[in-house]
Amino acid sequence: MSDTPITYVRDTMLPQKAPPTSEIGPVRWVRENLFSSPMNAILTILSLYIVYTVISHVGPWLINGIWDADSLTECREIIAASGDGHHSAACFGVITARWHQLVFGYYPSELYWRPVLALLVFFVGIAPVLFPSLPRKLFIVSMIAPFLCFWLLWGGSIWLPISIALGFGVGVVAFKLLSASASSLVAIIGAIVLPLIYWLYLSGPLASGLASIVPLGIEFVPSRSFGGFMLSIVIGLSAIVISLPLGILLALGRQSDLFIIKTCAVVFIEVIRGVPLIVWLFTAQLLLNYFLPPGSNFDLTLRVIIMVTLFASAYIAEVVRGGLAALPKGQYEGGDSLGLNYWQSMQLIILPQALKISIPGIVNTFIGLFKDTTLVVFIGLFDPLGIASAIRATTEWNGIYWELFLFIGIMFFISCFSMGRYSLYLEKKLQREHR
Amino acid sequence: MKKTVFFGALTVAGLTAGMASAATLDDVKARGSLNCGVTTGLVGFAAPDAEGVWEGFDVGVCRAVAAAIFGDPTAVEFVPTTGQTRFTALASGEIDLLARNTTWTMSRDVDLKFEFVGVNYYDGQGFLVPKALGVTSAKELDGATVCIQTGTTTELNLADFFRVNDISYEPVPIETNAEGQQQYLAGACDVYTTDASGLAATRATFENPADHVLLPEIISKEPLGPLVRHGDNEWGDIARWTLNALITAEELGVTSENIEELAATPGNNPEVNRLLGTEGELGAQLGLDADWAKNAIAAGGNYGELFDNNIGENTSIGLARGLNAQWTDGGLIYSPPFR
Repeated sequence: MSDTPITYVRDTMLPQKAPPTSEIGPVRWVRENLFSSPMNAILTILSLYIVYTVISHVGPWLINGIWDADSLTECREIIAASGDGHHSAACFGVITARWHQLVFGYYPSELYWRPVLALLVFFVGIAPVLFPSLPRKLFIVSMIAPFLCFWLLWGGSIWLPISIALGFGVGVVAFKLLSASASSLVAIIGAIVLPLIYWLYLSGPLASGLASIVPLGIEFVPSRSFGGFMLSIVIGLSAIVISLPLGILLALGRQSDLFIIKTCAVVFIEVIRGVPLIVWLFTAQLLLNYFLPPGSNFDLTLRVIIMVTLFASAYIAEVVRGGLAALPKGQYEGGDSLGLNYWQSMQLIILPQALKISIPGIVNTFIGLFKDTTLVVFIGLFDPLGIASAIRATTEWNGIYWELFLFIGIMFFISCFSMGRYSLYLEKKLQREHR
Repeated sequence: MKKTVFFGALTVAGLTAGMASAATLDDVKARGSLNCGVTTGLVGFAAPDAEGVWEGFDVGVCRAVAAAIFGDPTAVEFVPTTGQTRFTALASGEIDLLARNTTWTMSRDVDLKFEFVGVNYYDGQGFLVPKALGVTSAKELDGATVCIQTGTTTELNLADFFRVNDISYEPVPIETNAEGQQQYLAGACDVYTTDASGLAATRATFENPADHVLLPEIISKEPLGPLVRHGDNEWGDIARWTLNALITAEELGVTSENIEELAATPGNNPEVNRLLGTEGELGAQLGLDADWAKNAIAAGGNYGELFDNNIGENTSIGLARGLNAQWTDGGLIYSPPFR
């Protein structure tokens, strides 16, 4: 071996060179995505210009926003004093001064903890339904939650929600006793009729009797004090929670072979769905007033909740029916061949699949429903938009628009966006086909 | 068939119950508060403040009636009503008194079966134009675009006015006052027309109010007043004479400041004495305490004080008394005597 090095054989690897700058990182991304052709380049520049124009107008308005002012006049004075007199600025002072009304309406301010706690209770109650990984014992909270929320929101004697809750106990006991001694149809009818009789004739005297013996309660807050997002959330969440089971029952009813049940379900769905929600709200507000005996005070918010719930359940019924129709016939036959009865096959085989298919539609309906709660402004309830115009009706804030709308828009966006995210999470979790 | 009979019976029962419970004053006293219908928010007339306490010119009437009955101006439940729901709320008994800048018209009084108990504000439809337009009279508005709320009497008044004067206009339909302000400021219309009090309140919110003028023409009569249901004249009397007490108090120089002094002992003006209950039995005739009018006036001041504090020239709305001055000052505000 000679010790002269062989010059034409490379004995070390060349260090890796960086790829040309046009082929890596942001430059490549920009070339490929924004300027891949002359047409794209023109569109990119045009879009950038539009984005710039919008930001250059809205940006300073947002950033210069004035947060500590007691009236629109004061805002304008601050703007006039600080700038050259030409630039504009948002007057967020209205949010600082009135955010509590936009959120809670005219609920007594020392009791704000009650709706907040009610919302927490609601979330704890609904958590085991939303997230199956949680301990099953939480379902006890789910059963108590509606009554606890009702009591926290409206206050008054604790015996009223308890006596109403007892009605469900009456139903369960009636069902157990009757199904042991008579046929299941009798048991179902008994489980519906007996609690109704109890609620109509017994629960009221029972509650007032218990209240007179043991006066236990918190300050009563009338529905009229409800407003802002609290009202939207109360109407929206009650309607969402009640309309889902109701809608499923209606969808099953519509598919039923029993003529009367099927006809009832079809008529209900078509009538409720065929009339605009605003008409139902006016019905709740105006027509019922004429039909109810004068002096009877059937709470307006409750009437609205009932109407919105019925309206939503008709829509949910149709969405769920779509899910039911999408299942192949074999699934139904499979349930029958296993010897399951109707409810068992629905519960174990049909509904889990049908509901999974319907999730996007159901959540879509719920989001629409939540936003539709703003329609109650037309019957004189103070939803966020109603509060906004009430704020505008004071001499301090007359003439302020965008700041309030912006705030309301952001709040609604947060609520609806999180609902949408949850539905995506649920769809991913329930994905079975590609495992 | 059976069902029809049942519902028929139910309706009849409901109607008779409605007639039986005609003594509104007893219901109100038993309830411990007055249910008063107001707007969902109108600058100067009714709006809740940051604490949720209602205030305004119409609210003042509600508070005065509550004070006359209970001696407590806060014994009022304010029921916000919209243009669509206000009459049903009153007819169905949800509210006892409607003080919601409602125009007194014949059909409302007769056909809808309500009882207007007086007028607390004489309004009329006016025009708001930018100063730059150089118009000094509504008759010069030939060919102008006009922002107008659809489905209101203002729309009909406008059509009448332009037809009578044989000039043309182009309507820009709007839905709410808020929309009207925005459209007008954005230049979508040359003229904005609605009630003059509303125009003044709207102009007060502009960044440069001096750039806009109210034209001198008022083209309609809009007497606004509180109203009650037909069929309970005693209740109507209470509302009517509470309003009259506020008006008379201004005429006689009784204010919220000197009222305690005047009501302490009978003075030398017999009408003041009768009004404040130091002489005569006027309160008992209404079924109220002798100091009912004193309480009503002490609640928010007399008519003039209510006007000045809520919509008068010292407020940002800045309405002049005009037609709403006392008859002694050349206005239309006039109360029958307390005798």
